[in-house]
Amino acid sequence: MTAFILRRLLISLVLVFLISLISFFIITLTPGSPYPWGELNPKVSEEVKRVFRAKFHLDRPLHEQYAFIMRDLFTGELRSIKDERPVLEKIGERLPATLVLNLGALSLSLSFGLMLGIYGARHAGRPPDMVTSVLAFTFIALPGFWVSYLLAIGLVNYAAVPILGTHTIGVAFSSGAEVFLDRWWHVMLPASILAIGGVAVQSRFIRASMIETLREDYIRTARAKGLDENTVFYRHALRNSIRPLITGIGLLLPALISGAVIIENIFAYPGIGRLGYEAVLERDYPTLVALNLVTAMLVLLGNLVADVLYAVVDPRVRLE
Amino acid sequence: MITTTPEPLALAAASPGRRVWRRFGANRVGMTAAFMVLLLGLIAVVFFILDFFGVPWPMDPNATNLERKLLPPNTTNLLGTDNLGRDVLSRLLNGAYISLTVGFIAVFVSLSIGVTVGAVAGYFGGWVDNIVMRVVDAIMCFPSFFLILTAVALLGPSIFNIIVVIGLVSWTGTARLVRAEFLTLRESAYVQAARALGQRGPKVIFRHILPNAAAPILVTAVLGVPEAILAEAGLSFLGFGVQPPQATWGNIIADGKTYILDAWWLILFPGLAILLAALSFYLTGDALRQAVETRSERQ
Repeated sequence: MTAFILRRLLISLVLVFLISLISFFIITLTPGSPYPWGELNPKVSEEVKRVFRAKFHLDRPLHEQYAFIMRDLFTGELRSIKDERPVLEKIGERLPATLVLNLGALSLSLSFGLMLGIYGARHAGRPPDMVTSVLAFTFIALPGFWVSYLLAIGLVNYAAVPILGTHTIGVAFSSGAEVFLDRWWHVMLPASILAIGGVAVQSRFIRASMIETLREDYIRTARAKGLDENTVFYRHALRNSIRPLITGIGLLLPALISGAVIIENIFAYPGIGRLGYEAVLERDYPTLVALNLVTAMLVLLGNLVADVLYAVVDPRVRLE
Repeated sequence: MITTTPEPLALAAASPGRRVWRRFGANRVGMTAAFMVLLLGLIAVVFFILDFFGVPWPMDPNATNLERKLLPPNTTNLLGTDNLGRDVLSRLLNGAYISLTVGFIAVFVSLSIGVTVGAVAGYFGGWVDNIVMRVVDAIMCFPSFFLILTAVALLGPSIFNIIVVIGLVSWTGTARLVRAEFLTLRESAYVQAARALGQRGPKVIFRHILPNAAAPILVTAVLGVPEAILAEAGLSFLGFGVQPPQATWGNIIADGKTYILDAWWLILFPGLAILLAALSFYLTGDALRQAVETRSERQ
């Protein structure tokens, strides 16, 4: 087990290096520049430009720029071009909100996906399965921003569901429990919309996994023993088909973070997706490099956790 | 309980390719979806030609008329008008070819890269495979939409940039699939025979292995189109898609969101168009996958 984790960590280090290269070159190899005064502004003197370039190491060759950015990033010294605050600090204050949002979306995806998948597998090849299949693909095909707007109209007009921010503004709650509930009440809507695609993807995986398990010999044995179909289905088959619940953590995470970029903007939710969009608008290179790096590393971490969990849950998996 | 219906004798005797098509034809959901895809393609082609020759039909998608702005669906404007008095139906039909073009060409780009990379990694194996697949793993860690958004925003939003960036970001799945196919196929008897006859790398790859991996590649291609369509719609929505005045399904919604409480038709119809297009491709792709995979399911 320890050897496995160590080996995975080593591969992850290689991946982190590749990830950092990709996020750096995506930003630097694209044309245009991050100068806050605009590329060709004649009013800015050469001296100012020189000082600015030197400050952000833009006057160095590419490989040195990369080295500087990575050194600054890991020492926490990398600063945003826009407001000169440390990038890690900016990301740090936005990250918890996004984690809560994604955690909500992930648990909704896994639980509802499980239910839909089980239902589909139970009726495999018959009309109810066809209906859930089409439903699942409809969920995947739904543009999140469109659903958000449609739901927002309906909810604003007919229900008191909050559609902005992370908490009720201007209300002083007396207890921590109320603050906590208020937070979750605000996360509910964006998390549900974010989870729509995840539910569908997850249900497809669960369904496929269950159908495969139902072909196993021990299922035939169980039926031959005269066990009723429910016992066979939920006790024998389901337990051996929940692998996608764990692999789903690693698989859904990138899609959820991608979706969060749009959803956080619509619901004025202060997470890293919104920070990313703001950085894109401002051409804030250091923040963009750091954000791409941090989100990719989050996904990497998710995959690592999923792999380890997988081995813990399923004794058939042998770790080398 | 799973029941597999035994295939009729005639079906079993037909060639593998023909069997796949017959199975696909028997899938009613898949056939309906495929019909929708063809219909969409037809609409896209027709309205591209109309646009190319400057024929304003049913109306000019870019003609503004401020006296007739924000009208709900009526007999003149079947789907209503937007805040500049432009006809929503005309803009939707005109935007169709943008979505489909982005979808198809982006998939073409990603397939070209994915198939080449996957073939090289799977055929040569060893350290080549190791390096290439680590790069694939690294790219797969990125939340793809954020990566696309970053690149498109920095490059400047244009239809060409959008297509290239979506293609460049989304080839990794294909590469993995093609590599896996190659790893199994390169050990097969006919590939060994071709090698024994003295055929070298490229010829073995393209002549002998690739045609046998065509089916799963086709499936990923069809499933890739809606991904690209949705990515373009998302970019347009954030203001980094194809730029106005050219109408796209995404930017009609983006423009309409300001008037959301007064003009629901500006949001509803373009969203339905995106949903319908993406759904048709997904269902076609899934039906195709089932038709291709039944072989292994029967064993």
